[in-house]
Amino acid sequence: MRLNVNPTRMELSRLKKRLKVAVRGHKLLKDKQDELMKKFIDLIKKNNELRLKVEEELTKSLKDFMMARAVMGTEALEEAIAMPAETIKLDVTKKNIMSVNVPIMNFVREGSENASIYPYGFFATTGELDAAIKKLYDIMPHLLELAEVEKSCQLMADEIEKTRRRVNALEYVMIPQLKETIKYITMKLDENERGTLTRLMKIKSMMQK
Amino acid sequence: MIFMYKIGVVGEKDAVIAFLSLGMTVKGVENAKEAQMAIDGMAREGYGLIFVTETIAKEIDETIERYKNSFLPAVILIPGVQGSLGIGLQKIKDNVEKAVGVDILSKKEG
Repeated sequence: MRLNVNPTRMELSRLKKRLKVAVRGHKLLKDKQDELMKKFIDLIKKNNELRLKVEEELTKSLKDFMMARAVMGTEALEEAIAMPAETIKLDVTKKNIMSVNVPIMNFVREGSENASIYPYGFFATTGELDAAIKKLYDIMPHLLELAEVEKSCQLMADEIEKTRRRVNALEYVMIPQLKETIKYITMKLDENERGTLTRLMKIKSMMQK
Repeated sequence: MIFMYKIGVVGEKDAVIAFLSLGMTVKGVENAKEAQMAIDGMAREGYGLIFVTETIAKEIDETIERYKNSFLPAVILIPGVQGSLGIGLQKIKDNVEKAVGVDILSKKEG
């Protein structure tokens, strides 16, 4: 497929410029893609490991919680934890990995400085609940890390897909098209020149007769 | 002071009540529609991170996909009371396939 243009010198030099830009763009995008891929593979491996770990721990912790509920009774448990001693907030900053903005998340605990993690008095609750909450509390940093890594992976996967499309479009469509058109114009111009030359020679020989 | 995002948890009541003790916002939902509304509501109200249990998440795939490519909020799946259903892991694999073209993670295992 060649572009639909007039075979003129103007057009030729314009196309040559475009080809140069396309080749340069292709190289840059390809580099970007490679680098993104490298980072992505590191990250996704971490993501996989982290998720396996967190899922396992979390399941355990939730089971403990069920246990605590079974011992204490649903209402008593809900009453005990209905008013948490602190709230967790999230501080999000951006990090730029190869033009992909990924979030960096940090926990911020809001509450009195040295409050215990248990939001209740120990009178009406059982040891099971304490243990379950402690466990959940310990998982939190992992859970957050998982969230951060997983979100980054999602965003990067999207960006990689986009970049790959662009690279392929340039490599298999734009650049071949431009090259073919340039070739076509060069041929056409050469042909015209030869045409002119033979015409001149013909005329000259006619005039000499 | 920088703006602080909140953390939310959406899922069946049994599974998510535990997170209340950590000081997160917990929304117990029973069906897909409630969950969808809860997530959309949280996204609007400035939640930066929303945990959704897998049991609920499998019903509202569409809603979760919608937030996948936005910077915030991050919607993260967590196992429900019955343990992991493997949806979260499947999503990671989907990501790999989307980016790389082949599943490189399971090849390592098998």
